[in-house]
Amino acid sequence: MAIEKIHTENMFLHYGSKMALNNISISIPEKKITAFIGPSGCGKSTFLRSLNRMNDLIDGVKIEGNIFIDHINIYDKNIDVVTLRKKVGMVFQKSNPFAKSIFENVAYGPRINGIKDKNQLGEIVETALKNAAIWDEVKDRLGDSALGLSGGQQQRLCIARTLAVNPEIVLMDEPASALDPLSTSKIEELIVGLKEKYTIVIVTHNMQQAARISDLTAFFYLGELIEFDKTKKIFTNPEKKQTEDYITGRFG
Amino acid sequence: MIRSYKNNIKGILIEGLTLSSALLIIAIVVVMVTVIVIGGKDQLSWEFLTSFPEDGMTKGGIFPAIYGTALLVILMSIAAVPFGTITAIYLTEYAKENSVIAKTIRFAVRTLAVIPSIIYGLFGLGFFIKFVGTQMDNTFMGGELKWGQPNILWASLTMALLTLPVVIVSVEEALKTVPNDLRAASLALGATKWQTIRKVVIPGSISGIMTGTILAVSRGAGEVAPILFTGVAYYVATLPASLSDQFMVLGYHIYVMTTQSANVDQTMPIQFGTTLVLLMLTFILNISAIVLRYRIRKKKSN
Repeated sequence: MAIEKIHTENMFLHYGSKMALNNISISIPEKKITAFIGPSGCGKSTFLRSLNRMNDLIDGVKIEGNIFIDHINIYDKNIDVVTLRKKVGMVFQKSNPFAKSIFENVAYGPRINGIKDKNQLGEIVETALKNAAIWDEVKDRLGDSALGLSGGQQQRLCIARTLAVNPEIVLMDEPASALDPLSTSKIEELIVGLKEKYTIVIVTHNMQQAARISDLTAFFYLGELIEFDKTKKIFTNPEKKQTEDYITGRFG
Repeated sequence: MIRSYKNNIKGILIEGLTLSSALLIIAIVVVMVTVIVIGGKDQLSWEFLTSFPEDGMTKGGIFPAIYGTALLVILMSIAAVPFGTITAIYLTEYAKENSVIAKTIRFAVRTLAVIPSIIYGLFGLGFFIKFVGTQMDNTFMGGELKWGQPNILWASLTMALLTLPVVIVSVEEALKTVPNDLRAASLALGATKWQTIRKVVIPGSISGIMTGTILAVSRGAGEVAPILFTGVAYYVATLPASLSDQFMVLGYHIYVMTTQSANVDQTMPIQFGTTLVLLMLTFILNISAIVLRYRIRKKKSN
């Protein structure tokens, strides 16, 4: 297997008194696409949000156990969350561009990192937009509001915005669930291209999507990680009966 | 199944009653505005707006009162808007929704909003003038009376307290129109909380913050009670040049002319003129606040 990027050991997460993640141990490799699947409420999104500590924003979330990224415990009290999130970017389910121009959306991350030089910003923005496969569609109107883009374009812009910070890991929380099939296939194509440079973790409701694009698949059920293996194996010959029932559509 | 005659009459009566009380409201507004406009329109002139009162206020203009009102609301806004905005930012961005501290602040804000304005005046007199002002005189002026008496600074600060709840509530409302998705997007890009507030939340709610400011200003422009003991003057021959000067104000000027003037009848046209100016001022401020708020709502519903 490739180099390990993310690693958790006996990780538990509670929302108040409710247990949302139960004893998760997983090892996610570098520069692969890892998909999290499972029925609603199974904990897959919660786990994804633990990886860049977005759960910190929610009241009453308590985490036990450790999550290591590059062998560093990200829940250690010396960890700077801001630096962590620069390294572990996130794309959300609903595209959420700022009410700014296309250029300013992508330049937002570099700017907060203190990059002021116009040329440098321009290059970063161009590269990010190219990597997010949206450059050709927006290069003539970088000054226009991002809110004027279509849903699929907005989501690719949000991906570009995430890439502009130059993360190592990109977390994607059902990034195509609100999009039409054509936009979805564009996003999927884009994600596959991204694994050359980035470690991708994607939560999806769409099992065909997981099967199409991911290298590895983790099946979550009721807060537990039931099975984690090569995508091909999960979809053709799963070890656990629950996994098989889910992917064959017998529940969920 | 046949409707009874009695019930029918009752229904008509009730509808008539509710309608007539609603119409009464319209009538009151129409009468009020008409009387003021008719009485004051001939008085309005460049001369009236730009000159000082003359002959025991029976002639001349109301410039010092306009100037004083403007200065008062500017100083008041300088105090109330940043303070109120910062409080609103704490409440929406930092405080946990149901924490004791947030609940206590909200309770305090609501309480401030219902305190009668005359009590603000008394508070200003007791706190700013008698306490802070006197202390300042003892410390910096060697006991000479300068700050321990009514002036535009204390009046503005008292007025700022009165308008603070208006500012806090409307800024809070404006900040809440910024979707949490955008906050999450910014934080996920590695922005700090403060960067997120400064670059996403405040730019996204700036028109709401301005609405709050305008509403506060328009409330302050019409109020007299809070400045009664804290700085407004019956008549001053010169414009306020320092924070320790007294000043004239439109609302108080009307009161003075109708009750304290040597010849009330003679000041009548000026009373109407002043009232019309004050009315127009608050109308303009409120309408701009409504327009801004409408634009925010529209943006929010998109």
